[in-house]
Amino acid sequence: MLSRTADHLFWMARYMERAENTARMLDVNYQASLLPQSADDAASGWKGLLGISELSGDFATRYGAITLTNVMRYMVSDADNLSSIRNCLQAARENARAVRGTLTTEVWETQNQTWLEFQRMIASESFLRDPSTLFEWVKFRSHLSRGVTVGTMLQDESFHFLRIGSFLERADNTARLLDVKFHAVESEYHGGNGQSQGQSQGNGGQGRDIEVDFYHWSGILRSVSGFEVYRKAYRNVIKPEKVAELLILRPDMPRSMAACMHEVVINLQKVANEQSADTLRRAGRLQADLQYGRIDEILATGLHAYLTQFLERVNTLGVGISRDFLVPVAA
Amino acid sequence: MRPGFDEMRADSQTVREHYRGYERWLSQQPNDVMLSRREEAEMIFRRVGITFAVYGAKDEDGHGTERLIPFDLIPRVIPAHEWREMEKGLAQRVTALNRFIHDVYHDQEIIKAGHIPAEQILKNAQFRKEMMGVNVPGDVYSHIAGVDIIRAPDPDGHGRYYVLEDNLRVPSGVSYMLEDRKMMMRLFPDLFSQHRVAPVAHYPDLLLETLRSVAPASVNEPTVVVLTPGMHNSAYFEHAFLAQQMGIELVEGQDLFVKDNFVYMRTTQGPKRVDVIYRRVDDDFLDPEVFRKDSTLGCAGLLKAYRAGNVTLSNAIGTGVADDKSIYPYVPKMIEFYLGEKPILSNVPTYLCREPDDFKYVMDKLPELVVKEVHGAGGYGMLIGPAATKAEIEDFRKAVQANPTGYIAQPTLSLSTCPTYVESGIAPRHIDLRPFVLSGKEVQMVPGGLTRVALKEGSLVVNSSQGGGTKDTWVLED
Repeated sequence: MLSRTADHLFWMARYMERAENTARMLDVNYQASLLPQSADDAASGWKGLLGISELSGDFATRYGAITLTNVMRYMVSDADNLSSIRNCLQAARENARAVRGTLTTEVWETQNQTWLEFQRMIASESFLRDPSTLFEWVKFRSHLSRGVTVGTMLQDESFHFLRIGSFLERADNTARLLDVKFHAVESEYHGGNGQSQGQSQGNGGQGRDIEVDFYHWSGILRSVSGFEVYRKAYRNVIKPEKVAELLILRPDMPRSMAACMHEVVINLQKVANEQSADTLRRAGRLQADLQYGRIDEILATGLHAYLTQFLERVNTLGVGISRDFLVPVAA
Repeated sequence: MRPGFDEMRADSQTVREHYRGYERWLSQQPNDVMLSRREEAEMIFRRVGITFAVYGAKDEDGHGTERLIPFDLIPRVIPAHEWREMEKGLAQRVTALNRFIHDVYHDQEIIKAGHIPAEQILKNAQFRKEMMGVNVPGDVYSHIAGVDIIRAPDPDGHGRYYVLEDNLRVPSGVSYMLEDRKMMMRLFPDLFSQHRVAPVAHYPDLLLETLRSVAPASVNEPTVVVLTPGMHNSAYFEHAFLAQQMGIELVEGQDLFVKDNFVYMRTTQGPKRVDVIYRRVDDDFLDPEVFRKDSTLGCAGLLKAYRAGNVTLSNAIGTGVADDKSIYPYVPKMIEFYLGEKPILSNVPTYLCREPDDFKYVMDKLPELVVKEVHGAGGYGMLIGPAATKAEIEDFRKAVQANPTGYIAQPTLSLSTCPTYVESGIAPRHIDLRPFVLSGKEVQMVPGGLTRVALKEGSLVVNSSQGGGTKDTWVLED
């Protein structure tokens, strides 16, 4: 297939996945902001979220104060924020439109309909009164987009590039989510083991009560639809290291980094060409690291460092995929 | 102007025979049902994304706007015997035009025989000297022609078909023909069980067959692609649609490259040879080495590969020399010259402003005539005398005086009307017809074509860029 077509498919899937994960993160923070807590806590939640997407600077310049309404506008409907849900959905749709002939009618119509409906939903700012409904809707449109892809498309190259896009993006997003959430409670987590470079928390390691912890960790789990999964997998109270293990290493958890890399490797193998050996090797190695990794080792070396390195490797992989298969960087 | 010709009604009492079944059905439909069908159609078109981009227009975000072409629920119906005659006439006309283009780029017999002045052809802006002596497969140049046909009353009040324009470069609209039929069958399945409507859905098959049949002779299993200027082109939907329907790649210029006079596309598995390019890009943009240097829509070296016979362009380069408005008056003569036949389809009488006698006539009768720029298209650069203000007429007079060669004039023919849904209910609106004629090893077409309708009351301009809509076109089988 055309390299440019593969490129559009890859990015269509990535943007849709990104829209979904952004909605998930916004929702979990929004839910947390409804709990009784200090304004500082709420703001630090939003701050972490902006940091995850590397947007703190842009937000500060354009909006100033971190308030619920400001963050919602910026992350949901702002046409000038390249990472807003609006722009992700538009980019997904524009990429789909560029290759609509390659997609089944159902896949194209789903993408198109999502964009048309989303524009209607944000036309008035009524979503600010009930953001969760909008986030739910974005999640379901993403489910639908993925489902209609799996359910209707011929499993040829087009399909594999769509899948690579979805899972590479999801691996990236899950890692970012973990990073920001563990960062927020870093001091108690790495408690004085010398690894943490982060600021110490005002309320001290032991000071946070178990209730706050519960909501913090269960929030993360909910944001990746993992709350019930956790209970089922561990039959235990919610412990941070288990949460990390679930989201990093569990091969049967569909949003874990290990599961995502597994899918990336499978689909990459199906499209392999003469020049892609090195990219495949890197992908396989990253997957093997996750497959044979242990959570205690990861935590011992420092979660933040581990996740930072993972994000770099995912990024390198993305560059390699573009070079080997997609639109060649200006010849 | 004579009283108009209505496709459905002979007079206020009488419905024409081929419309009787439909009229009876329509009179039984409650108005609110038809209105809700109309809304349903619009919703589906939007969801499916059957839109065209409007050049220059931007929405509030600065993005180009995508508009729907209005779709009218009432079909245009053509009886079988009329279509048979038209089909013969179209095949004859397009065959002669292809012979003419071949002649222009080879021996120029028609000039030598004195039928067309040499400067009319050789000084024409659409004449491509690069094509002189180039041989194309089967000597066919315009593989896809969209011939615009109108119907107007003759002195006895009978409708008569006239060819208004031969579009031999990159005619568009066929996707609307196909989508309109799909929509009608979806909205009104019962109508199709009551009428024997000739199907059109096999057009993409005929098109692919035509394109494959004109591949370079040395290729057994040709790779055919559609070349689009990209998603911002007004006809992008159609390009994507046709590529999908034919199951072939939709490429942009950046996807192609030429090596050793062969054309390749960049794929995920490395370069792949391309043998036939159904290009929806104008000549000027095809090859920056030869034509416009600033073009990024084409592919450098394409013309060399083409001249070497290693790739077929469809349509060929240089077909514009035959569908130019100043060449149009000579088409009946071409039919006689190349085929030795009498033309089956009529031409509209045309005055060439560069001829002194014609020029004088045009200046005298300007308020009654339709005046067109020789190179105008899409309903732009056109004066409709009877509908124009004094000031507009005088502006045009100056323009024609300054450059007589650039204009032709025709009597204002009253395009036939067809009942159409408008704000106030059902009213007659002017229509035309664009059948799509495919020429490869043989000449083929699907019955009917695209019917365009001018939605503004009294308007004769049917172009989508000027507020025109479309209708499904039925050829009723006997």
